[in-house]
Amino acid sequence: MAAVLQTIGAASAALSGGSFPDHSSKLSVSSIHSLPVIRSDARPNLSSIHGSFRAGKLISKAVATKVENSATSAASKPGHELLLFEALREGLEEEMERDPRVCVMGEDVGHYGGSYKVTKDLAPKFGDLRVLDTPIAENSFTGMGIGAAMTGLRPVIEGMNMGFLLLAFNQISDNCGMLHYTSGGQFTIPAVIRGPGGVGRQLGAEHSQRLESYFQSIPGIQMVACSTPYNAKGLMKAAIRSENPVVLFEHVLLYNLKERIPDEEYVLSLEEAEMVRPGEHVTILTYSRMRYHVMQAVKTLVNKGYDPEVIDIRSLKPFDLYTIGNSVKKTHRVLIVEECMRTGGIGASLTAAINENFHDYLDAPIICLSSQDVPTPYAGTLEEWTVVQPPQIVTAVEQLCQ
Amino acid sequence: MALSTHRTTTTLLRYLTPTISSLRHVSTDCSSSTITVETSVPFTGHNIDPPSRSVDTTPQELMSFFRDMALMRRKEIAADSLYKAKLIRGFCHLYDGQEAVAVGMEAAINRKDCIITAYRDHCIFLGRGGTLLESFAELMGRKDGCSKGKGGSMHFYKKEGGFYGGHGIVGAQIPLGCGLAFAQKYKNDENVTFTLYGDGAANQGQLFEALNMSALWDLPAILVCENNHYGMGTAEWRAAKNPAYYKRGDYVPGLKVDGMDALAVKQACRFAKEHALKNGPIILEMDTYRYHGHSMSDPGSTYRTRDEISGVRQERDPIERVRKLLLSHDIASEKELKDIEKELRKEVDEAIAKAKECPLPEPSELFTNIYVKGSGAESFGADRKEVRAVLP
Repeated sequence: MAAVLQTIGAASAALSGGSFPDHSSKLSVSSIHSLPVIRSDARPNLSSIHGSFRAGKLISKAVATKVENSATSAASKPGHELLLFEALREGLEEEMERDPRVCVMGEDVGHYGGSYKVTKDLAPKFGDLRVLDTPIAENSFTGMGIGAAMTGLRPVIEGMNMGFLLLAFNQISDNCGMLHYTSGGQFTIPAVIRGPGGVGRQLGAEHSQRLESYFQSIPGIQMVACSTPYNAKGLMKAAIRSENPVVLFEHVLLYNLKERIPDEEYVLSLEEAEMVRPGEHVTILTYSRMRYHVMQAVKTLVNKGYDPEVIDIRSLKPFDLYTIGNSVKKTHRVLIVEECMRTGGIGASLTAAINENFHDYLDAPIICLSSQDVPTPYAGTLEEWTVVQPPQIVTAVEQLCQ
Repeated sequence: MALSTHRTTTTLLRYLTPTISSLRHVSTDCSSSTITVETSVPFTGHNIDPPSRSVDTTPQELMSFFRDMALMRRKEIAADSLYKAKLIRGFCHLYDGQEAVAVGMEAAINRKDCIITAYRDHCIFLGRGGTLLESFAELMGRKDGCSKGKGGSMHFYKKEGGFYGGHGIVGAQIPLGCGLAFAQKYKNDENVTFTLYGDGAANQGQLFEALNMSALWDLPAILVCENNHYGMGTAEWRAAKNPAYYKRGDYVPGLKVDGMDALAVKQACRFAKEHALKNGPIILEMDTYRYHGHSMSDPGSTYRTRDEISGVRQERDPIERVRKLLLSHDIASEKELKDIEKELRKEVDEAIAKAKECPLPEPSELFTNIYVKGSGAESFGADRKEVRAVLP
């Protein structure tokens, strides 16, 4: 297995240098998110863009000097344009074609085509058993997906809204997250749990929940959040190929984003962050929808003479402290902008992690802008004030850079 | 099972020589002779025609029933003493009294069929091919346990034996079992899944959700309610409006079985497997009884009388029933059976002694098996590059 991985590492490195940022002596001079082109036939189940695994080796310090280039997400000009939900569907379809064990289950995913059209036309193509319409029973169909994963199937469990998965919390926490551990490694749960969450357009409190904070302490699962069509497809594929249970957070308002993505097949790394805009003055860490609020604020900030570095952290568990650390070393100021709740949210964890690891590099306390700790109200103006808006981001950066 | 049969034959042959063997006809040609036994009570069906009361068995099978059940009984009693000696900690839910369900079920199926159960899993683990050493080591938290000492009493698993655990949360294993059946249907292998739950879990919503889905998609799932009449400390009539659990599937057919009769269990499981492969889910309610309390922290006598417990032990004990069958059909003598029990006792004691010497898990095991090795994520918290805790 190791030998195969080495070859792929060499192959992918030769093609586009898309190797995992490695702390070992050889530093590959390529960007974190460059376009790895991996041929589907040469690939074992596990590897994504990082061909060489640091199998079991824990690095003592999250520090390295690495050259990052500023290739943005939709790098190659040829390619095809599509919307985010179509990108998710493409990723899902490609994986289902590639591996007959991949199946989808959720409410309205089959004949209806998915409430956000992510699984449109998949049921006629793959059959009702592979794209399974479940009754409205989140607890049990999540459990069912996990039981199927125990035998080797690779289910993609869709929650129509992530908030509904609170009903399945026991299954996700105890069975999905912990079974690999309590069985002493006998069972792996290669399941993907995905669904839209976040604050939408006046959907009401129960349909505007952010569950990242609730799930983040569950041991054994990985969490990623997609924000562009490019990373949506890449993360979906990586999540399906991963042997660990992955929770993929999508956002209700981002499904109609349009972007040009490469024609070639690509898979992104589940544990990496994305450099959206390199800069010098301040590091802004964000994910999912808030990335767009940040970029909007960045326009104003640039006009005012600031040079913020924006990183889309993408991987919510574990954090990519490597990329983040490098950025902190450079800018010495951190602003976290997130849609999660203030209390116990991703921002809170990230603040703690950065403080613990990179305290010496900080010139100012970390500012964390999160949603207010309130149920999301229905009224439009109130809903706006629940989440972080661009003017607040501008003010925070100005405050940090004083 | 194959192992016990071999031992049985040698044990029997050892005693054959001094006695007049012609009267006994227990030599090797006996394995082909069938004995037909009637189950203690007839089966009751719900929306289905129950199978016949007459069960075919062989002397070999009966001996293996006796042996396996006696082993399980001995193991559970030994676990009781180990718990009181504080070698087993936490929760320990014992299965003595209910052995017939485990043994009868094994007799009707093969290792490709899946079994999943809740926390009263020690004996089913043994039935699925788990060894005594693995189970005692796991109970004592040693690294040679079936889950490397990280699971404990409620998390026994045996992937090769088709045993999917071992789950602590009441009822959570039912959707998992449904998923196992789904995978079997998906892969088109002709196997079934037995999902065991108790009378306490029979009131969980998850059960009915899982039943609905299994029936909707004709999954080969057999839901077995091990009704020992007490959900922890609450009697079944105090927890369920309708304690006829085999009927609560409504559109799913059900069968009520005497769970203290291993042959009845075997008949029912074989019938259920045939049914599930053709027509989808079926519920089996095993009317059984546990002698111990719900767990070792429960004396078991505050919500039921000692007379009741000893009454059941007198009249319905599964091992005694098989013993009587063996004696009445002249398959073995009193002395032979007692010798088998002694031998098993020794086996269990040896396994315990060996397990006691097993080492505890290494500190580094704290962090293994959180994620699958080699698949990218190496650590488990926000700080993925360093193990923050300093372990002794």
